[in-house]
Amino acid sequence: MNPLNHSKIELPGREPLFTGKGWTAFLVALLFVCLCVPLMNLIVPQGHWLHFSDYAVSLVGKIMCYAICALAMDLIWGYTGILSLGHGLFFAIGGYVMGMYLMRQIGTDGNYKSNLPDFMVFLDWKELPWHWTLSDSFVATLLLIVLVPAVVSGVFGYFAFRSRIKGVYFSIITQAMTFAAMLLFFRNETGFGGNNGFTDFKRILDLPLATPNMRMILFVLTGLTLLGFFLMARWLIRSKFGRVLQAIRDAETRVMFSGYSPLPYKLSIWVISAVMCGVAGALYVPQVGIINPGEMSPANSIEIAVWAAVGGRGSLIGPVVGAFLVNGAKSWLTVSAPEVWLYFLGALFIAVTLFLPQGVVGLVQRLKGGRS
Amino acid sequence: MTPDLLKQGAQRVAHKLEKVSTDTASGGRDASYGRVHTAGEVDVSHGRILYLEDVSVSFDGFKAINKLSLDIAPGELRCIIGPNGAGKTTMMDIITGKTRPDEGQVFFGSTIDLLSHNEPEIAQLGIGRKFQKPTVFEQLSVFENLELALKTPKGVKASMFFKLDSVQSDRLAEVIHTIHLADSVLTQAGNLSHGQKQWLEIGMLLMQDPKLLLLDEPVAGMTDHETERTAELFLSLKGKHSLMVVEHDMGFIKTISDIVTVLCDGSVLAQGTLDQVQADERVIEVYLGR
Repeated sequence: MNPLNHSKIELPGREPLFTGKGWTAFLVALLFVCLCVPLMNLIVPQGHWLHFSDYAVSLVGKIMCYAICALAMDLIWGYTGILSLGHGLFFAIGGYVMGMYLMRQIGTDGNYKSNLPDFMVFLDWKELPWHWTLSDSFVATLLLIVLVPAVVSGVFGYFAFRSRIKGVYFSIITQAMTFAAMLLFFRNETGFGGNNGFTDFKRILDLPLATPNMRMILFVLTGLTLLGFFLMARWLIRSKFGRVLQAIRDAETRVMFSGYSPLPYKLSIWVISAVMCGVAGALYVPQVGIINPGEMSPANSIEIAVWAAVGGRGSLIGPVVGAFLVNGAKSWLTVSAPEVWLYFLGALFIAVTLFLPQGVVGLVQRLKGGRS
Repeated sequence: MTPDLLKQGAQRVAHKLEKVSTDTASGGRDASYGRVHTAGEVDVSHGRILYLEDVSVSFDGFKAINKLSLDIAPGELRCIIGPNGAGKTTMMDIITGKTRPDEGQVFFGSTIDLLSHNEPEIAQLGIGRKFQKPTVFEQLSVFENLELALKTPKGVKASMFFKLDSVQSDRLAEVIHTIHLADSVLTQAGNLSHGQKQWLEIGMLLMQDPKLLLLDEPVAGMTDHETERTAELFLSLKGKHSLMVVEHDMGFIKTISDIVTVLCDGSVLAQGTLDQVQADERVIEVYLGR
């Protein structure tokens, strides 16, 4: 215990947000989203080999929304060890909040030429239900996209984590939660359009939705959001907060006996994760033009977990890669061999669990490490 | 009375006062109304840092702890021995808030009722615990393990914006030396040997700077050399911290112990020096009879 010896130890400093290489990759992604794709889609003429087709724009835009969900799943599952099978609910909530605004933007251009959304006219409702009060305001919609998933997940998470519900029990409860919400949204009385949900959107901020420019604006926004969330996740994970989360995953009792109360930690990352999904849902709906209770089906939530697992849990880039790989394969297979897709997905999940516990990114890292 | 005698008398009184104030934990003060008690500070003026009285707990009808009374003085190193199922680990569970007793009282100092606090609060009050099976954060490095254990505000926001200052770095470096892991600062804790993990966990306790350390079989799985070093460490901690050590290794206990408490069937069977309890008829019967 000679104090002179202490100077010999090199204590590691704070890890930078990105290494030089990481920043380069980040900037390339930023340029691609904000500059390359818009140019290649809007300026480069159709038929030219550099042309980025409308189909590709909408596909990549959609997958970027999924990638946000996968990233959110990674924070709660990969880093904190809590497997949620109900994240589709938060995605759908964000989507529904946005959908309500888009429904109101239709104005009197619906099939019934009424001021009310078509499904309300069909149900013979005379005025907007109370929970549609704020749906005319875009600002309120933006706030609610964050607030509603935050409140729903906050209340649910508080009671679940306070009761120290863990592991598979937590997963099952989240699955039940999204299923129950789906049944609720299927009903016409709840005022969310029943099993048809919302569709036939016409405008956003009084601007027409179905134009190449608007599609590109939404695409760029989605890309920026994904990159922004990625930065945020990176910042969270390399802070001491992130290490406490990993500590909770590895040995929760030791965390408690070190003086940390796990509840606020689990709750905050759970809410952050839910809000990310909500924002993804809100970006998704104007791009695909429909939202219905099918988004809350248990299978959708499980798929989010599959993306994260395939890409690689416990690394932040993994889930993003996973979302692109799985959904890329999905859009290709459901066209060329639709009956095979679900078998493929199941086989993929089994294969990844058995042979690639660290996912594709883990495999690449292992191969790289083996070579050097 | 001559001036000489007066002077001698005054010296004697002064010497006696000084002796009392250094020899006793309370510094010679008695429990009086005027004493200032600082909130959050452990009050050891009664000479006891941990105090269990008539504690009982049963699991499905099995009395794991049965009217257990035990106390520990500040700075004391107390060894606890006893056959399997004597309630040693359960007792630690009760002290650290993991298990709630059916009846009885558990006090930390003379003012803090441990039964009204949960695990993280008890840890922050200054009770550190090492588990029987070494429990460290396997995916994190030795450095990160110790950093997490550091005595700092433990809230979410504090953690998000936490930055190690130089005093804390020095403390960390000191502990890394103490636990002989200076060469493995960046090693993942999961890749350490069993003995090293035990050391790391002890190091994490030291980072918390606890007033009382509960150590459940700290030298299990250690080599003789490592055990020796652990004994040295514990002896150096004695006095500054209070320690409660549960062990089966009698050689280790012989090296470190002053007073040994023997637990059996959830209550204290015997207490005294190791030689005394080893000579005790009842203790011999309990150990040989099973």
